[in-house]
Amino acid sequence: MTVPVYPDAAGRFGEFGGRFVPETLMAAHEQLERAYREARHDERFGMELNRLLRSYVGRPTPLYFAEALTRHLGGARIYLKREDLAHTGAHKINNALGQALLAKRMGKPRIIAETGAGQHGVATATVCAMLGFQCVVYMGEEDIRRQALNVFRMKLLGAEVRPVTSGSRTLKDAINEAMRDWVTNVADTFYIIGSVVGAHPYPMIVRDFQSVIGAEAREQMLAAEGRLPDVAVACVGGGSNAIGLFYPFTHDEGVRLTGVEAGGSGVETGKHAATLVAGRPGVLHGARSYLLQDAAGQVLETHSISAGLDYPGVGPEHSWLRETGRAQYVSVTDAEALDGFQLLCRTEGIIPALEPAHAIAHVARIAPSMPSSQTILVGLSGRGDKDMATVADALGVTL
Amino acid sequence: MSRIPATFARLTAEGRTGLIAYVTAGFPTPSETPDLVRALVNGGADIIELGVPFSDPLADGATVQRANQVALEHGVSLGDVLAMVRELRAGGLPAPLIAMGYYNPVLAYGLERFAEDAAASGLDGIIPVDVPPEEGGPLAAALAARGLDVIFLVAPTSPDERIAKIAGMASGFLYCVSLAGVTGARGELPAGLPDFVARVRRHTTLPLAVGFGVSRREHVARIGELCEAAVIGSAIIESIEAAPAGQRAARVRAFVADVTATAPASPA
Repeated sequence: MTVPVYPDAAGRFGEFGGRFVPETLMAAHEQLERAYREARHDERFGMELNRLLRSYVGRPTPLYFAEALTRHLGGARIYLKREDLAHTGAHKINNALGQALLAKRMGKPRIIAETGAGQHGVATATVCAMLGFQCVVYMGEEDIRRQALNVFRMKLLGAEVRPVTSGSRTLKDAINEAMRDWVTNVADTFYIIGSVVGAHPYPMIVRDFQSVIGAEAREQMLAAEGRLPDVAVACVGGGSNAIGLFYPFTHDEGVRLTGVEAGGSGVETGKHAATLVAGRPGVLHGARSYLLQDAAGQVLETHSISAGLDYPGVGPEHSWLRETGRAQYVSVTDAEALDGFQLLCRTEGIIPALEPAHAIAHVARIAPSMPSSQTILVGLSGRGDKDMATVADALGVTL
Repeated sequence: MSRIPATFARLTAEGRTGLIAYVTAGFPTPSETPDLVRALVNGGADIIELGVPFSDPLADGATVQRANQVALEHGVSLGDVLAMVRELRAGGLPAPLIAMGYYNPVLAYGLERFAEDAAASGLDGIIPVDVPPEEGGPLAAALAARGLDVIFLVAPTSPDERIAKIAGMASGFLYCVSLAGVTGARGELPAGLPDFVARVRRHTTLPLAVGFGVSRREHVARIGELCEAAVIGSAIIESIEAAPAGQRAARVRAFVADVTATAPASPA
């Protein structure tokens, strides 16, 4: 039996995905798709990417057996895929580097990006500094406030950070504004999208560049345990680190895939960002996917303690994995994520970002009831330095 | 013949450039929209685009974004827009009415249900900003079955093959986006506009309308030398914003009368 390849020629994952963009941007998406397919067949492109992933990003990132956390929870053995140890402190650089090399290949001198928590903005500003691109990052005013450290990092790296004041002033609105920039400057500008969202081919491109996470982890698990993990767990906002971790395991049917969404104050309160748990299909930012929307099709404002998960949409491939049952999606509240955050700090001496703290919180739920013969692979997508002010505030500490 | 081709046939017969006027439904208040639409028509607009408000209007500039936001604060939905269309038709408005907006509110309403209710209300078509022909099959099929038009957009960035494909699916007229950019009034028309319109013309016999960045009488006159109609949106919203409450309809009527006048503009 041949395994079907997704997305299909129309950029669809089942009934999700596609290319819902203004006509002005259609040719740019077609051009990007052609350039990407050519690049993937060009050995030199792959060699250049791999060279920089090794020597600049620091790949492969370690797979770490979290022995103390495992002992503390008293069940399944827990492994952490340490994307927090990648250059710039999160998985975002894997994709930013790949797309920037694509921009170089296409001869586009100007790069734009959106950012939520600031990790994708920092990663994009970083590769732009290294490769000599002009860089503009759109960031919601609310996120600029709660991620001041990353704003400063981007500026140090030579990027211009443009505050977005429309809508909820978070990631969704930053994407809107980046799209408006792209539609205006499409001739000389490359838009580096930071997650597996947007119109085809973006969800495919970002997935492919992030799949290095799961591909490495799969080999590392086999080396460490002689078998594949029983469960792979990752947090999901747009869903790039989760797809990166899950994709190489898609055909390993014994590996359960679990995405963890931001439950905010609790899904029942309406103040959350749990798109796959509580949304329904719609079209936003170029693709058909699950969406948090009201009855009239207006996109809802979201809430999460984690800026990187504070997004009402989700990558179309996740919608498809949910629909086909290949992956399950659950939610974790702000309070549970804070507990997970502190748990990892104290048991392992690792300060995670608030985004993967959601994944840790879910692991704390499931590990105790699993036997020690089983293993859980967790995507530790980033480190927590950027979240110090938010966490201190939530814990009632004045810095 | 539906209202859109009949309108273009009349414009051709009269040797006149059509004016397509955009207003966001529900801006500045839902109760004013029907009056504003009648004022636009009385001022000289030939076709009306009713903007369906959306939370994430990513092809729109600051002016239309503001108008969308205000309309959403009034809770205006696609169903409310169709109710406004019914009210305008009940009042005897003869001009074509076209909904312009983004796909998600239409999907949430349901394609079949939308087509049915739109036809019953007296709507003539839709301009789906974020639905290219590749994704527009289901919408076009649902609307065509009820005699409504889907007006697709072509852009200066569209290669010839795309223009041909879009022309093959379009009905009513083709909407030529004048420039690479978002909606919003601009000082000058782009230099490449005549070449772009000529390029589109080679692929279709449908009437052509040029929009985005169009705001002045001289823009309309210049576009009239190239094609059948000009579209004005943001400048109308701005004229509504600038008018005191109670004088908005009179002000947009005067604005449209001025931009469609064939005599030279009076000094400001």
